[in-house]
Amino acid sequence: MQAVINFLHENIEAVYIVILMIFLGIEIIGRVPSVLHTPLMSGANAIHGVVIIGAIIVMGKAESGNYIALILGFLAVVLGTLNVVGGFVVTDRMLEMFKKKK
Amino acid sequence: MSGILSICYLVASVTFILGLKMLSNPATARKGNLIAAGGMIIAILGTIFLYENDGKKLGNYPWIFSAIIIGTIIGTLAAKKVKMTAMPELVSFFNGMGGACAALISIIEFDYLFRENKMFDSTFFSHVVPVGHYLAIIAGTIIGSISFAGSVIAWGKLNGKIKDFTFKGQHLFNLVVFALVIFFAIYTYQSDVKVANIPFFITVALALLYGVFFVLPIGGADMPVVISLLNSFTGVAAACGGFLYNNKAMLTGGILVGAAGTLLTILMCRAMNRSLKNVLIGSFGGTAKSAVGAKGAQGGYKEISLSDAAMVMAYSKKVMIVPGYGLAVAQAQHACHELEKVLEEKGVEVKYAIHPVAGRMPGHMNVLLAEADVSYDKLLEMEDANEEFKTTDVVLILGANDVVNPAAKNDPSSPIYGMPILEVELAKTVIVNKRSMKPGYAGIENELFFQPKTSMLFGDAKKVLQDLLAEIKNV
Repeated sequence: MQAVINFLHENIEAVYIVILMIFLGIEIIGRVPSVLHTPLMSGANAIHGVVIIGAIIVMGKAESGNYIALILGFLAVVLGTLNVVGGFVVTDRMLEMFKKKK
Repeated sequence: MSGILSICYLVASVTFILGLKMLSNPATARKGNLIAAGGMIIAILGTIFLYENDGKKLGNYPWIFSAIIIGTIIGTLAAKKVKMTAMPELVSFFNGMGGACAALISIIEFDYLFRENKMFDSTFFSHVVPVGHYLAIIAGTIIGSISFAGSVIAWGKLNGKIKDFTFKGQHLFNLVVFALVIFFAIYTYQSDVKVANIPFFITVALALLYGVFFVLPIGGADMPVVISLLNSFTGVAAACGGFLYNNKAMLTGGILVGAAGTLLTILMCRAMNRSLKNVLIGSFGGTAKSAVGAKGAQGGYKEISLSDAAMVMAYSKKVMIVPGYGLAVAQAQHACHELEKVLEEKGVEVKYAIHPVAGRMPGHMNVLLAEADVSYDKLLEMEDANEEFKTTDVVLILGANDVVNPAAKNDPSSPIYGMPILEVELAKTVIVNKRSMKPGYAGIENELFFQPKTSMLFGDAKKVLQDLLAEIKNV
């Protein structure tokens, strides 16, 4: 129990962010029309590609002899980029079609 | 310098929130996507050039840049080349890559901890690693792995490479696997630092296994819901990385997607009038067979010739087109728009009835028809469409099946019972275009096809529409 309280206390800032983001996330897409479900899912998919930041950090601090970190980190950056770039491009392609209507 | 980086992350977080908000409104959606993408670029460039780890800048630039270039090329090509019909499975694929990325980060971080500590005298892992740090690592590993494995299976299912697979006691099996994941996650923390890597990698393997068996039994028609759920999983996995590096952009982005994704999943379920639990546990299967058996002796259906169909449609006042997955597979959206134009020239009113889950993903049909320049105000949502069927002369169903199955309304034993449907039988005539009499994705018969006012027009949607066009022009 003490460990949990300590953990929350040490990360209280992050805990606040988590809680506020949960409400915000629910609030801002609450009234999305079903037409936009697919593009919204795809856009959200691209946004969680932000995980690539972690991959870049891991890759960037890997020492030259640490092949596990180098290879896995390299793979992580490639996959993260795929998620980000692919996600945004595919979402844009979907939405481009909506735009064509007059 | 790190001050500027903090601002970069702040800007990125705000663009994510703004982007997601704008994505949920048709008028601003595209701009929202670009804004979020811009924020992402700022966050990525900021990290590469400004991030400092204990006062040291990041190294390995050649590795980082070549990885980003490779990812960009493959990602762009995949996203640009994909056919509109294959969009859902591509989203699933990208989602899996994000999950794998989150898992890999955590695995590498675990490896660091393991290497740092294994030379010390024998002690417990829990004595040298703070619980919060371990939690962020293990949660990122588990959720990322499940999301990766699940997304790959969903991807395979949507493109038909992987078939539905169920066995007796599957739910119990899944539960046991999940319990084992948790067990080994805790066991890792309690083991000796010298051997902690063994239970850790068992945890990874079990999490992957769980991801596979979590998605395998779920019917293909429910894949969009599953992808949306896995999408929010990956968001949470990314947020774990945010905890790990105390990175606010990862934290806000990840949790935002986690929360919005969960709500979106529930909204999708609601559109099908099913609960999430029902989707995840009640896989289509056993009940479907009994329904087919009960309705087996349904008598014959009647076919209609192309010229008759053309005649009926050309001389009607109002035609309602109900598109489904068959239209998407046949890439018939342009032919469909042509038909609409020709009919309108003849003074026929043409509208489209869009079921929220027609196709393989909510909004799938809207995207497809928008691609073919079909005007937005011709697309009726389900409730409006159901009103208008009463005054409709001809309903043309193009490769849709389960979304017009009356069993959802009047057969409590049917697996789709309770799902709101397009009530096409209210119209005077129904013409159904299908490739064959085979049941739809839910695997159940459709009594609509056997009703007296229904006639069947077999063939590939695109081919049939083109022939129909030619016939109507001759009328």
